Amino acid sequence: MALYIFKRFWMMLATIFIIATLTFFLMHAVPGSPLEAERTTNETIQANLEKFYKLDQPLHIQYFDYMKSIATFDFGPSIKDPNRTVNELLERGFPISFELGIITILVAVISGILLGTMAALRHNKMIDYAAMAFAVIGISIPNFVLATLLIQQLAVTWGIFPPATWKSPMHMVLPVLALATGPMAIIARLTRSSMLEVLTQDYIKMARAKGIKPIRIVLRHALRNALMPVVTIMGTLLAGILTGTFVIEKIFAIPGMGKYFVDSINNRDYPVIMGTTVFYSAFLIFMLFLVDIVYGLLDPRIKLHKKEGDV
Amino acid sequence: MTGKQIADELSRSRLEDGAEADPIEHEGKRGKIVSPKKKRTISSEKILEVEDLHVTFSTYGGTVQAVRGVTFDLYKGETLAIVGESGCGKSVTSNAIMGLVEQPPGKITSKGVYFKSKNLAKLSKKEMRKIQGVDISMIFQDPMTALNPTLTIGEQLTEGVKQHKKLSNAEAKQRAIEMLALVGIPNPDERMKQYAHQFSGGMRQRIVIAIALICEPELLIADEPTTALDVTIQAQILELFEEIQIKTGVSIILITHDLGVVAKIADRIAVMYAGKIIETGTKREIFYTPQHPYTRGLLNSVPRLDLTGGELKPIDGTPPDLFSPPSGCPFAARCPFAMEVCQAVYPDTTEKSETHRVDCWLQDSRAQKLIDEGAFAR
Repeated sequence: MALYIFKRFWMMLATIFIIATLTFFLMHAVPGSPLEAERTTNETIQANLEKFYKLDQPLHIQYFDYMKSIATFDFGPSIKDPNRTVNELLERGFPISFELGIITILVAVISGILLGTMAALRHNKMIDYAAMAFAVIGISIPNFVLATLLIQQLAVTWGIFPPATWKSPMHMVLPVLALATGPMAIIARLTRSSMLEVLTQDYIKMARAKGIKPIRIVLRHALRNALMPVVTIMGTLLAGILTGTFVIEKIFAIPGMGKYFVDSINNRDYPVIMGTTVFYSAFLIFMLFLVDIVYGLLDPRIKLHKKEGDV
Repeated sequence: MTGKQIADELSRSRLEDGAEADPIEHEGKRGKIVSPKKKRTISSEKILEVEDLHVTFSTYGGTVQAVRGVTFDLYKGETLAIVGESGCGKSVTSNAIMGLVEQPPGKITSKGVYFKSKNLAKLSKKEMRKIQGVDISMIFQDPMTALNPTLTIGEQLTEGVKQHKKLSNAEAKQRAIEMLALVGIPNPDERMKQYAHQFSGGMRQRIVIAIALICEPELLIADEPTTALDVTIQAQILELFEEIQIKTGVSIILITHDLGVVAKIADRIAVMYAGKIIETGTKREIFYTPQHPYTRGLLNSVPRLDLTGGELKPIDGTPPDLFSPPSGCPFAARCPFAMEVCQAVYPDTTEKSETHRVDCWLQDSRAQKLIDEGAFAR
């Protein structure tokens, strides 16, 4: 196991390196620079600014400087907002984005599995049809549309929940709902179909022939096998939720990382782009790593490591 | 199994009945033969009585009459083999007895399925669960799929006894280890922690058998227990069945299409065709004096090494459509001896002996006359 984690660690580092490199060159390929503004500045000032931010250096020098900043995890100050360093932005934004993301994932996974399992157990009955109709709607409506609908109905018209910001659990309901509905619907549909398949398997029939209680058959015998495909798509869903947070944070005025990330690209704020991109990708890669670990825990046939003497 | 093996088994059981067996003849056939040294005792007490069992399934295409009035009984300590080709209703019969038919789409009607004079047909699902795995156990065809891939063998073994017999973890584990040892799994202690994929096919079937036997059932329903296994492993598993029956006195219903398996371990045979039992009798009666043309056809289509020359004689045609089964004898369309009456009316049961019963118009005295006149000269 340790060996596996060690190997994966180097793989993750390599991935981050590639992402950082690609981001750097793509970023510089985009026309414009952080110092360009509507107002025309004096050429000497412009040159001095470029010199200060080392933008006058050849690209490969700048590249090495960036790599150094990533390695030391010190991205320096933002160009647009020199009073703040990128690290400060991350420190302030990440906990909020993380909170939003994790709550969303938990809500999506738990309710999705619950809904899917219930639908499968009541196959072709009312609950099944209702759950699947709900799931189709959930998949079809983009999160930003859902977000505005929720704000309009639940916040503005009925005034149950606050429409924006991120202060109390009540504030969290709408953004989490908007962000979790899509992934939840996907998980529910997947759980249902995979559960239906598992329930026809011989080992379920055998468990029934053993007179095992139905609740135990579902939870212990069926669910674990049925969750395999769900874990498989968790990687994709995580990436979806992560990008979803950009939009949702913007709509609900949540002061997370997403806002800085989007703004930094518009401003060509090189240090912020690099910082947020590398941070996001590192986080996503780490989550995917966790998914793989969970996969191995769920299915004993999947070996993450080779022990000596194993067949 | 090949015909040679069937011949072997039959000649062996013949030898066991009469004179002592010639030891040389047994040697080297498949290593050491664990033939029943102790005679099994079949008591006259009936453990299972199935009366007029019907099972239908409603589908989009119509209603399939999978089992159409099956009646049989089983004595304590006896092995009854139900044989027949695919789709004749053997497995559905066993699933219906075991309470494993989903209703709907399935529908079970019967005059009673009595297990030790308790009518299983009348039990609720909850009451049935107290019988399943405790009094009646089932062994499935394919050991590759019958074990849960994500649970340890130990958990799958112990969960039944823990729930039914209220054993503690330690007691259940001890019991499971004993069972694994009984079915011939080496190092049962370590093997308990392993998963199904770490075992070979034969080993898995042994584990399935251990799981079925752990609550000491009185009736074991084995649905094609050797079909998915290699011939050599088949023989081992069948020997295991014999051993277990001697040790525990369990009654066995063996569902199979393999007459070799039947020749080895069955006491009585019920031949099923198109949802009906068309002939029952002791092993000897069915193998040596088969009465129903279908039974004869089945026996003729087994390859035999001891008969040289001649081709295998398969039964022509296919079984009838069970969406609309014929009103007469279902085998009439394929039967070389079919008469007009066969198409129209299902024959009554004729008792050839106390144990031998057959549903065939050829048993009718009027048909006997035709036979004597040479109407069915082959």
